[in-house]
Amino acid sequence: MNHLSLIIKREYLTKVKNKSFIVMTILSPLIVVALFSVVAYLAQLNSNKERTISVLDETGMLVEAFENTKTTTYQIIENSSLDTALELVKANKNYGLLHIPKADNPSDISKGVKFYSEESPSLTVISALENKIEKLLTDKQLIAQGVDIEKIKSSSISVEINQESFTGQKSSKIDNLLKLAFGGAAGYLLFMFIIIYGNMIMRSVIEEKTSRIIEVIISSVKPIQLMMGKIIGTSLAGITQFVIWVVLGGIILTIVSAIFGVNITQMQSDQMAMAQDAMQSPQAENMAQNVLIAIQNLPIANLVVAFLFFFIGGYLLYSSLYAAIGAAVDNETDTQQFMMPVLMPLILAVYVGVFTVIEDPHGTVSTVFSFVPFTSPVVMLMRIPFGVPIWQQLLSLLLLIGTFIFTVWFAAKIYRVGILMYGKKPSYKELFKWLKY
Amino acid sequence: MNELLVAENVSKNFGKFTALNNVSLSVPKGSIFGLLGPNGAGKTTFIRIINQITMPDSGAVFLDGAPLNPIHIKDIGYLPEERGLYKSMKVGEQVMYLAQLKGLSKAEAKERLKYWFDRFDISEWWNKKIEELSKGQAQKIQFVVTVLHQPKLLIFDEPFSGFDPINANLIKDEILRLRDEGATVIFSTHRMESVEELCDHIALIHQSNKILDGKLIDIKKQFKTNTYEVGLQTTDSDALIKKLEMHFEVLPATFKNLNDDVKLNIKIKEQTSPNELLSYLTQQAEVHHFVEVVPSANDIFIQTVKNH
Repeated sequence: MNHLSLIIKREYLTKVKNKSFIVMTILSPLIVVALFSVVAYLAQLNSNKERTISVLDETGMLVEAFENTKTTTYQIIENSSLDTALELVKANKNYGLLHIPKADNPSDISKGVKFYSEESPSLTVISALENKIEKLLTDKQLIAQGVDIEKIKSSSISVEINQESFTGQKSSKIDNLLKLAFGGAAGYLLFMFIIIYGNMIMRSVIEEKTSRIIEVIISSVKPIQLMMGKIIGTSLAGITQFVIWVVLGGIILTIVSAIFGVNITQMQSDQMAMAQDAMQSPQAENMAQNVLIAIQNLPIANLVVAFLFFFIGGYLLYSSLYAAIGAAVDNETDTQQFMMPVLMPLILAVYVGVFTVIEDPHGTVSTVFSFVPFTSPVVMLMRIPFGVPIWQQLLSLLLLIGTFIFTVWFAAKIYRVGILMYGKKPSYKELFKWLKY
Repeated sequence: MNELLVAENVSKNFGKFTALNNVSLSVPKGSIFGLLGPNGAGKTTFIRIINQITMPDSGAVFLDGAPLNPIHIKDIGYLPEERGLYKSMKVGEQVMYLAQLKGLSKAEAKERLKYWFDRFDISEWWNKKIEELSKGQAQKIQFVVTVLHQPKLLIFDEPFSGFDPINANLIKDEILRLRDEGATVIFSTHRMESVEELCDHIALIHQSNKILDGKLIDIKKQFKTNTYEVGLQTTDSDALIKKLEMHFEVLPATFKNLNDDVKLNIKIKEQTSPNELLSYLTQQAEVHHFVEVVPSANDIFIQTVKNH
């Protein structure tokens, strides 16, 4: 066992001290934050652009709809023909001209509305205009039909169904969204972790093979010790990197938003403001409160414990396969043919997670995939926030551990033979033969 | 007990390919044992079995009387033919790591490494990376790593490849010194001159089978041809050769000496003593050169392999 800790220590230190690892660790959050900042900044620039839109309202009924906002100024043109109005708009270099021709009733008016502009106008501008006109015309129509608008407004009711499970657990839509977010984040994290650090393990095995040190090492330690040491050491390095990313990312984000005043979290609301003009949500105030309640409703303890077990189990399962691939080939270009069958179930797991768990977390498909060992870590992690019976979790975990032991045995066999095989790229048939050596 | 390593009927197959077929060997304590054979004969497989890297399909290997087991790892030092070290790791860290893997404590490892690094005068490499060293320099480091834990059994697979003559000599002297200090050495090489120089015993493996095994001197006796290399001075060389051919098997020979002699290899019958040949020759001509032809390891190797 002393050997194992020595190997883990070496693997960890060489990974952590590696220049490209350090550069990646520091640079990645910088790049991501920089990217987001640029996008946010650009989006802000774009939406801050002031526009002047001319309106030629021949009906004279809709003028009241066009109130100036921070970014848009409406210029009402009266008593002019369309042609002169267009000339005027061109001369003033306005953004565009909204033409509302005269018609007998609101529904006819709506059909004749046209927007003239030099370039094709932005989607948000058009939908904002449509919204305004629609609302006003609807009101006019209602009035024309003799309906009291005030009554309609006061009798509009918004419904939000409260949910409660048979065991008495209350939940809401926000609840479900949050569960999805938690589960999705956990599953996706595992997916990323496997791909990034599995590859790292594979490369490190190949490096030992190509530098030919492998024979010296395995005359001192058992191949399985070397393999496990590699997997554990690399994972620890990975966790270190992840933690640094999170911390560093947080710090940089704070600094950047302080300096440039770019509020990244508000970025969306700016963008959506126009489209959301009409959508007033009465529940907005309750939102924050609901989120808090929802978080409290999550099976936190279960989530944390299950996350740890499924994360470790799933990661070890895949990384032992990565190690075996590394042992079977001589260089990275040869890994492709073996990567596919490893990546397939992983990608499948993410797709199943995204498409079926959202639809029905306890449906047949999600349930089955949360038991199949190669997909279970990702799918189960996505399901757990929705409440999975403990016996299911345990059974799935048991299957996962069983498969893990099998893949480690399998990988160790391949590894033991593969690390001493040089030259030609092995076929699957040969790999199978190695199991018997 | 005089044998350090005993292999009994060791066989190993890789699928349909037989790498070793019923090979039995015993390596005497304190000897330098030459493990010879053409490429692909099974030497490396045999060495890997000793190192417990590969398990034999059948047969057993004993070290110091006990069946091979993981405890023996610290008793064996192995320098593989395919050498390598972690390229981007510093020399010092690397040798400390490898020494600890062989079971040395940190303090022990440090002390012994200091001794060896001073001895080879390579202390200034401690903080360099392997990739900054030349191939020969890296091999020196690897030699140190192999012998550092003072194993009972040292296995060198082509230890001199990649060394210049000065360093090859240095390594050769170290191997001899380690032998004198009590280590047993298994030495696998294709360089027959170093076999002559170093080995007490040899074994020849060919196509998975052991075909020759024993003390080098005994094997040489076994292969001797009763041939003598002679240099004679005479006025009429053709007449002399004709005369000799009537009594012996005579072949032309090439060797270097000072005079323009008639150079011959003369083979005598087993019961004839070399004295009889010599006295006969002295009657016919002036003898300047008279040497028994000793079969070289090279000759033995080629002859044995060809005959199989």
